[in-house]
Amino acid sequence: MTAQVITVTSGKGGVGKTTAVANLANALAMDGKKVVCIDGDIGLRNLDVVMGLENRIVYDIVDVIEGRCKLKQAMIRDKRYPEMYLIPAAQTRDKNAVSSSDMNRICKDLKPDFDFVLIDSPAGIERGFRNAIAPADRVLVVTNPEVSAVRDADRVVGILEAEEKGTPALILNRLNITLVKNNDMLSAADVLDLLGIELIGVVPEDETVIIGSNRGAPVVTDAKSRAGQAFRNIAKRIQGQETPFMELEQQGGLWGALQKLTGRK
Amino acid sequence: MGFFSRKRSASSAKERLQLVLIHDRTDLTPAQLEALKNDLLKAISNYIEIDSDSVQIGLERDGRSQRLVADIPLRSATHHRAAG
Repeated sequence: MTAQVITVTSGKGGVGKTTAVANLANALAMDGKKVVCIDGDIGLRNLDVVMGLENRIVYDIVDVIEGRCKLKQAMIRDKRYPEMYLIPAAQTRDKNAVSSSDMNRICKDLKPDFDFVLIDSPAGIERGFRNAIAPADRVLVVTNPEVSAVRDADRVVGILEAEEKGTPALILNRLNITLVKNNDMLSAADVLDLLGIELIGVVPEDETVIIGSNRGAPVVTDAKSRAGQAFRNIAKRIQGQETPFMELEQQGGLWGALQKLTGRK
Repeated sequence: MGFFSRKRSASSAKERLQLVLIHDRTDLTPAQLEALKNDLLKAISNYIEIDSDSVQIGLERDGRSQRLVADIPLRSATHHRAAG
Protein backbone atom coordinates (compact mmCIF):
# COMPACT_ATOMS: atom_id res chain seq x y z
CA MET A 1 0.00 0.00 0.00
CA THR A 2 1.25 3.47 -0.83
CA ALA A 3 -0.96 6.29 0.31
CA GLN A 4 -1.82 9.22 -1.92
CA VAL A 5 -1.05 12.46 -0.07
CA ILE A 6 -3.76 15.04 -0.70
CA THR A 7 -3.44 18.61 0.59
CA VAL A 8 -6.51 20.82 0.93
CA THR A 9 -5.75 24.53 0.71
CA SER A 10 -7.47 27.79 -0.27
CA GLY A 11 -5.52 31.01 0.20
CA LYS A 12 -8.39 32.76 1.95
CA GLY A 13 -9.44 31.62 5.42
CA GLY A 14 -12.92 30.53 6.37
CA VAL A 15 -13.94 29.00 3.05
CA GLY A 16 -14.27 25.47 4.43
CA LYS A 17 -10.87 23.73 4.22
CA THR A 18 -11.16 22.03 7.61
CA THR A 19 -14.77 21.06 6.96
CA ALA A 20 -13.73 19.58 3.61
CA VAL A 21 -10.88 17.55 5.15
CA ALA A 22 -13.09 16.22 7.96
CA ASN A 23 -15.84 15.27 5.54
CA LEU A 24 -13.60 13.71 2.91
CA ALA A 25 -11.76 11.70 5.57
CA ASN A 26 -15.06 10.38 6.94
CA ALA A 27 -16.38 9.62 3.44
CA LEU A 28 -13.19 7.74 2.48
CA ALA A 29 -13.28 5.80 5.77
CA MET A 30 -16.96 4.95 5.11
CA ASP A 31 -15.78 3.47 1.81
CA GLY A 32 -13.40 1.24 3.76
CA LYS A 33 -10.23 3.21 3.03
CA LYS A 34 -7.39 3.64 5.52
CA VAL A 35 -7.10 7.36 6.14
CA VAL A 36 -4.92 9.62 8.26
CA CYS A 37 -5.52 13.38 8.52
CA ILE A 38 -2.85 15.90 9.49
CA ASP A 39 -3.84 19.29 10.87
CA GLY A 40 -1.27 21.63 9.32
CA ASP A 41 -2.49 24.77 11.05
CA ILE A 42 0.07 25.03 13.85
CA GLY A 43 -1.13 27.36 16.62
CA LEU A 44 -4.73 27.37 15.33
CA ARG A 45 -5.72 23.74 15.83
CA ASN A 46 -9.26 23.03 14.60
CA LEU A 47 -9.53 19.76 12.70
CA ASP A 48 -9.76 17.89 16.03
CA VAL A 49 -12.89 19.73 17.14
CA VAL A 50 -14.60 19.51 13.74
CA MET A 51 -13.95 15.74 13.73
CA GLY A 52 -15.10 15.36 17.34
CA LEU A 53 -11.72 14.10 18.61
CA GLU A 54 -10.65 17.07 20.75
CA ASN A 55 -10.87 15.25 24.09
CA ARG A 56 -8.49 12.49 23.09
CA ILE A 57 -5.36 14.48 22.25
CA VAL A 58 -2.23 13.55 24.18
CA TYR A 59 0.57 14.27 21.71
CA ASP A 60 0.65 16.49 18.62
CA ILE A 61 2.71 16.81 15.44
CA VAL A 62 5.37 19.01 17.07
CA ASP A 63 5.87 16.33 19.78
CA VAL A 64 6.60 13.89 16.95
CA ILE A 65 9.00 16.27 15.20
CA GLU A 66 10.85 17.10 18.41
CA GLY A 67 11.10 13.45 19.44
CA ARG A 68 8.87 13.51 22.53
CA CYS A 69 6.73 10.68 21.16
CA LYS A 70 6.55 8.14 18.37
CA LEU A 71 4.45 8.93 15.30
CA LYS A 72 1.91 6.21 16.28
CA GLN A 73 1.41 7.84 19.70
CA ALA A 74 0.28 11.10 18.13
CA MET A 75 -2.24 9.35 15.88
CA ILE A 76 -5.72 9.51 17.39
CA ARG A 77 -8.02 6.81 16.06
CA ASP A 78 -11.62 7.75 15.30
CA LYS A 79 -13.47 4.87 16.95
CA ARG A 80 -16.32 5.06 14.45
CA TYR A 81 -14.07 3.48 11.82
CA PRO A 82 -11.51 0.71 11.82
CA GLU A 83 -8.74 2.77 10.19
CA MET A 84 -9.14 6.52 10.43
CA TYR A 85 -6.69 8.67 12.37
CA LEU A 86 -5.93 12.32 13.12
CA ILE A 87 -2.52 13.82 13.82
CA PRO A 88 -3.37 17.08 15.60
CA ALA A 89 -1.60 20.40 15.22
CA ALA A 90 0.27 21.88 18.17
CA GLN A 91 -1.81 24.60 19.77
CA THR A 92 0.80 26.48 21.80
CA ARG A 93 3.59 26.59 19.24
CA ASP A 94 4.10 28.70 16.15
CA LYS A 95 4.42 27.61 12.56
CA ASN A 96 8.24 27.73 12.69
CA ALA A 97 8.23 24.55 14.79
CA VAL A 98 7.57 22.57 11.58
CA SER A 99 9.55 22.48 8.31
CA SER A 100 8.76 21.12 4.86
CA SER A 101 11.23 18.28 5.37
CA ASP A 102 9.48 17.36 8.65
CA MET A 103 6.20 17.10 6.72
CA ASN A 104 7.87 15.08 3.96
CA ARG A 105 9.37 12.67 6.48
CA ILE A 106 6.10 12.15 8.39
CA CYS A 107 4.19 11.50 5.17
CA LYS A 108 6.87 9.09 3.97
CA ASP A 109 6.53 7.15 7.24
CA LEU A 110 2.72 7.08 6.94
CA LYS A 111 2.50 6.11 3.26
CA PRO A 112 3.08 2.34 3.52
CA ASP A 113 0.22 1.88 6.00
CA PHE A 114 -2.54 3.99 4.45
CA ASP A 115 -4.62 4.61 1.32
CA PHE A 116 -4.87 8.37 1.88
CA VAL A 117 -3.05 11.04 3.87
CA LEU A 118 -5.16 14.23 3.98
CA ILE A 119 -3.42 17.45 5.00
CA ASP A 120 -5.45 20.45 6.19
CA SER A 121 -3.42 23.50 5.12
CA PRO A 122 -3.53 26.77 7.03
CA ALA A 123 -4.91 29.83 5.23
CA GLY A 124 -2.44 32.17 3.57
CA ILE A 125 0.55 31.52 1.33
CA GLU A 126 3.30 31.51 3.93
CA ARG A 127 5.33 28.87 5.71
CA GLY A 128 2.46 26.72 7.00
CA PHE A 129 1.00 26.58 3.50
CA ARG A 130 4.40 25.71 1.99
CA ASN A 131 4.82 22.92 4.57
CA ALA A 132 1.36 21.56 3.78
CA ILE A 133 1.93 21.38 0.01
CA ALA A 134 5.50 20.01 0.21
CA PRO A 135 4.55 16.31 0.52
CA ALA A 136 1.39 16.53 -1.64
CA ASP A 137 0.82 14.15 -4.54
CA ARG A 138 -2.34 16.06 -5.29
CA VAL A 139 -3.75 19.42 -4.17
CA LEU A 140 -7.40 20.39 -3.81
CA VAL A 141 -8.21 24.10 -3.68
CA VAL A 142 -11.38 25.07 -1.80
CA THR A 143 -13.11 28.32 -2.65
CA ASN A 144 -16.47 30.04 -2.27
CA PRO A 145 -18.29 31.83 -5.11
CA GLU A 146 -17.21 35.26 -3.85
CA VAL A 147 -14.75 37.74 -5.33
CA SER A 148 -12.24 37.64 -2.46
CA ALA A 149 -12.17 33.84 -2.19
CA VAL A 150 -11.84 33.34 -5.97
CA ARG A 151 -9.05 35.89 -6.23
CA ASP A 152 -7.08 34.21 -3.42
CA ALA A 153 -7.70 30.77 -4.93
CA ASP A 154 -6.21 32.03 -8.20
CA ARG A 155 -3.06 33.19 -6.39
CA VAL A 156 -2.70 29.77 -4.77
CA VAL A 157 -3.18 28.00 -8.12
CA GLY A 158 -0.47 30.24 -9.59
CA ILE A 159 1.94 29.37 -6.76
CA LEU A 160 1.22 25.64 -7.11
CA GLU A 161 1.98 25.84 -10.82
CA ALA A 162 5.18 27.81 -10.18
CA GLU A 163 6.23 25.18 -7.59
CA GLU A 164 5.53 22.47 -10.18
CA LYS A 165 2.90 20.84 -8.00
CA GLY A 166 0.68 20.47 -11.07
CA THR A 167 -2.71 22.02 -11.58
CA PRO A 168 -4.93 21.47 -8.55
CA ALA A 169 -8.59 20.46 -8.65
CA LEU A 170 -11.31 22.76 -7.35
CA ILE A 171 -13.89 22.25 -4.61
CA LEU A 172 -16.48 25.01 -4.90
CA ASN A 173 -18.00 25.25 -1.43
CA ARG A 174 -21.12 27.03 -0.15
CA LEU A 175 -22.84 27.58 -3.45
CA ASN A 176 -26.22 29.20 -2.80
CA ILE A 177 -28.47 27.87 -5.56
CA THR A 178 -31.16 30.51 -5.07
CA LEU A 179 -28.66 33.35 -5.43
CA VAL A 180 -27.14 31.71 -8.52
CA LYS A 181 -30.59 31.37 -10.10
CA ASN A 182 -31.20 35.07 -9.42
CA ASN A 183 -27.84 35.89 -11.00
CA ASP A 184 -26.62 37.30 -7.72
CA MET A 185 -23.88 34.72 -7.19
CA LEU A 186 -21.08 33.45 -9.42
CA SER A 187 -22.08 30.04 -10.81
CA ALA A 188 -19.81 26.98 -10.86
CA ALA A 189 -19.29 27.62 -14.59
CA ASP A 190 -18.24 31.23 -13.89
CA VAL A 191 -15.70 30.20 -11.22
CA LEU A 192 -14.28 27.44 -13.44
CA ASP A 193 -13.95 29.83 -16.34
CA LEU A 194 -12.15 32.37 -14.12
CA LEU A 195 -9.75 29.92 -12.48
CA GLY A 196 -9.16 27.65 -15.47
CA ILE A 197 -8.73 24.45 -13.43
CA GLU A 198 -10.51 21.10 -13.18
CA LEU A 199 -13.60 20.78 -10.94
CA ILE A 200 -13.78 17.92 -8.45
CA GLY A 201 -16.94 18.96 -6.63
CA VAL A 202 -19.57 21.58 -5.85
CA VAL A 203 -20.95 21.69 -2.32
CA PRO A 204 -24.22 23.54 -1.83
CA GLU A 205 -24.65 25.92 1.10
CA ASP A 206 -26.37 23.76 3.67
CA GLU A 207 -27.17 24.34 7.34
CA THR A 208 -26.55 20.66 8.11
CA VAL A 209 -22.80 21.37 7.71
CA ILE A 210 -22.83 23.58 10.82
CA ILE A 211 -24.98 21.11 12.70
CA GLY A 212 -22.44 18.39 11.87
CA SER A 213 -19.53 20.55 13.07
CA ASN A 214 -21.42 21.41 16.26
CA ARG A 215 -21.73 17.72 17.06
CA GLY A 216 -18.27 16.71 15.88
CA ALA A 217 -19.93 14.39 13.38
CA PRO A 218 -19.15 15.63 9.85
CA VAL A 219 -22.13 15.98 7.56
CA VAL A 220 -21.18 13.06 5.28
CA THR A 221 -22.43 10.81 8.05
CA ASP A 222 -25.92 12.32 7.52
CA ALA A 223 -27.37 10.30 4.64
CA LYS A 224 -30.03 12.91 3.88
CA SER A 225 -27.77 15.97 3.70
CA ARG A 226 -27.19 17.50 0.24
CA ALA A 227 -23.78 18.82 1.28
CA GLY A 228 -22.99 15.38 2.69
CA GLN A 229 -23.88 13.84 -0.68
CA ALA A 230 -21.62 16.35 -2.43
CA PHE A 231 -18.68 15.40 -0.18
CA ARG A 232 -19.39 11.67 -0.63
CA ASN A 233 -19.27 12.25 -4.40
CA ILE A 234 -15.92 14.08 -4.12
CA ALA A 235 -14.55 11.15 -2.11
CA LYS A 236 -15.61 8.78 -4.94
CA ARG A 237 -13.86 10.99 -7.51
CA ILE A 238 -10.71 11.04 -5.34
CA GLN A 239 -10.80 7.23 -5.53
CA GLY A 240 -10.93 7.50 -9.32
CA GLN A 241 -14.61 6.57 -9.67
CA GLU A 242 -16.50 8.59 -12.23
CA THR A 243 -19.41 10.16 -10.41
CA PRO A 244 -21.94 12.47 -12.06
CA PHE A 245 -22.29 15.98 -10.61
CA MET A 246 -25.46 16.70 -8.63
CA GLU A 247 -27.94 18.86 -10.48
CA LEU A 248 -27.71 22.02 -8.44
CA GLU A 249 -27.95 24.81 -10.91
CA GLN A 250 -30.46 23.73 -13.49
CA GLN A 251 -32.78 26.54 -14.43
CA GLY A 252 -36.03 24.64 -14.15
CA GLY A 253 -39.59 25.56 -13.29
CA LEU A 254 -41.42 28.81 -13.68
CA TRP A 255 -38.40 30.95 -12.86
CA GLY A 256 -36.31 29.24 -15.55
CA ALA A 257 -39.08 29.69 -18.10
CA LEU A 258 -39.38 33.38 -17.21
CA GLN A 259 -35.65 33.86 -17.58
CA LYS A 260 -35.69 32.23 -21.00
CA LEU A 261 -38.59 34.46 -22.11
CA THR A 262 -36.78 37.59 -21.06
CA GLY A 263 -33.52 36.43 -22.58
CA ARG A 264 -31.67 36.42 -19.28
CA LYS A 265 -29.60 33.50 -18.11
CA MET B 1 -35.12 50.51 -13.95
CA GLY B 2 -37.16 47.34 -14.50
CA PHE B 3 -36.58 44.21 -12.50
CA PHE B 4 -35.47 42.13 -15.48
CA SER B 5 -33.32 44.77 -17.10
CA ARG B 6 -31.34 45.49 -13.94
CA LYS B 7 -27.84 44.11 -14.21
CA ARG B 8 -27.48 41.53 -11.46
CA SER B 9 -24.40 41.35 -9.28
CA ALA B 10 -22.99 38.03 -10.54
CA SER B 11 -21.97 39.55 -13.86
CA SER B 12 -20.30 42.51 -12.10
CA ALA B 13 -18.38 40.02 -9.95
CA LYS B 14 -17.24 38.07 -12.99
CA GLU B 15 -16.22 41.09 -15.04
CA ARG B 16 -14.31 42.62 -12.13
CA LEU B 17 -12.57 39.35 -11.34
CA GLN B 18 -11.57 38.84 -14.98
CA LEU B 19 -9.66 42.12 -14.88
CA VAL B 20 -8.19 41.64 -11.40
CA LEU B 21 -6.95 38.11 -12.16
CA ILE B 22 -5.22 39.19 -15.36
CA HIS B 23 -3.32 41.89 -13.51
CA ASP B 24 -2.58 39.56 -10.54
CA ARG B 25 -1.27 36.83 -12.85
CA THR B 26 0.89 39.09 -14.98
CA ASP B 27 2.00 41.30 -12.10
CA LEU B 28 1.33 44.25 -14.39
CA THR B 29 -0.63 47.27 -13.19
CA PRO B 30 -3.05 49.04 -15.54
CA ALA B 31 -0.61 52.00 -15.62
CA GLN B 32 2.30 49.76 -16.61
CA LEU B 33 0.17 48.17 -19.33
CA GLU B 34 -0.63 51.64 -20.66
CA ALA B 35 3.09 52.53 -20.74
CA LEU B 36 3.84 49.23 -22.51
CA LYS B 37 1.24 50.05 -25.17
CA ASN B 38 2.74 53.47 -25.78
CA ASP B 39 6.29 52.11 -26.06
CA LEU B 40 5.12 49.38 -28.42
CA LEU B 41 3.33 51.83 -30.71
CA LYS B 42 6.31 54.19 -30.67
CA ALA B 43 8.64 51.35 -31.71
CA ILE B 44 6.36 50.20 -34.53
CA SER B 45 5.86 53.78 -35.75
CA ASN B 46 9.61 54.00 -36.39
CA TYR B 47 9.14 51.55 -39.26
CA ILE B 48 5.59 51.82 -40.52
CA GLU B 49 2.77 54.29 -40.31
CA ILE B 50 -0.04 53.02 -38.12
CA ASP B 51 -3.65 54.05 -37.69
CA SER B 52 -3.29 54.97 -34.02
CA ASP B 53 -7.02 55.66 -33.54
CA SER B 54 -7.97 52.04 -34.29
CA VAL B 55 -5.24 50.33 -32.31
CA GLN B 56 -6.38 47.67 -29.84
CA ILE B 57 -3.90 46.21 -27.38
CA GLY B 58 -4.86 44.25 -24.30
CA LEU B 59 -4.29 41.20 -22.14
CA GLU B 60 -6.47 38.19 -22.80
CA ARG B 61 -6.95 34.99 -20.87
CA ASP B 62 -6.69 31.57 -22.41
CA GLY B 63 -7.36 29.02 -19.69
CA ARG B 64 -4.57 29.63 -17.17
CA SER B 65 -2.28 31.46 -19.57
CA GLN B 66 -2.31 35.11 -20.50
CA ARG B 67 -1.48 36.65 -23.83
CA LEU B 68 -0.87 40.16 -24.98
CA VAL B 69 -3.04 40.65 -28.02
CA ALA B 70 -2.42 43.58 -30.34
CA ASP B 71 -4.48 44.57 -33.34
CA ILE B 72 -2.60 47.41 -35.05
CA PRO B 73 -4.09 48.57 -38.36
CA LEU B 74 -1.56 50.15 -40.76
CA ARG B 75 -2.13 53.28 -42.85
CA SER B 76 -2.74 53.38 -46.61
CA ALA B 77 0.68 52.03 -47.71
CA THR B 78 -0.77 48.52 -47.36
CA HIS B 79 -3.66 49.43 -49.70
CA HIS B 80 -1.21 50.46 -52.44
CA ARG B 81 0.67 47.22 -52.05
CA ALA B 82 -2.50 45.14 -52.08
CA ALA B 83 -3.74 46.95 -55.21
CA GLY B 84 -0.40 46.55 -57.02
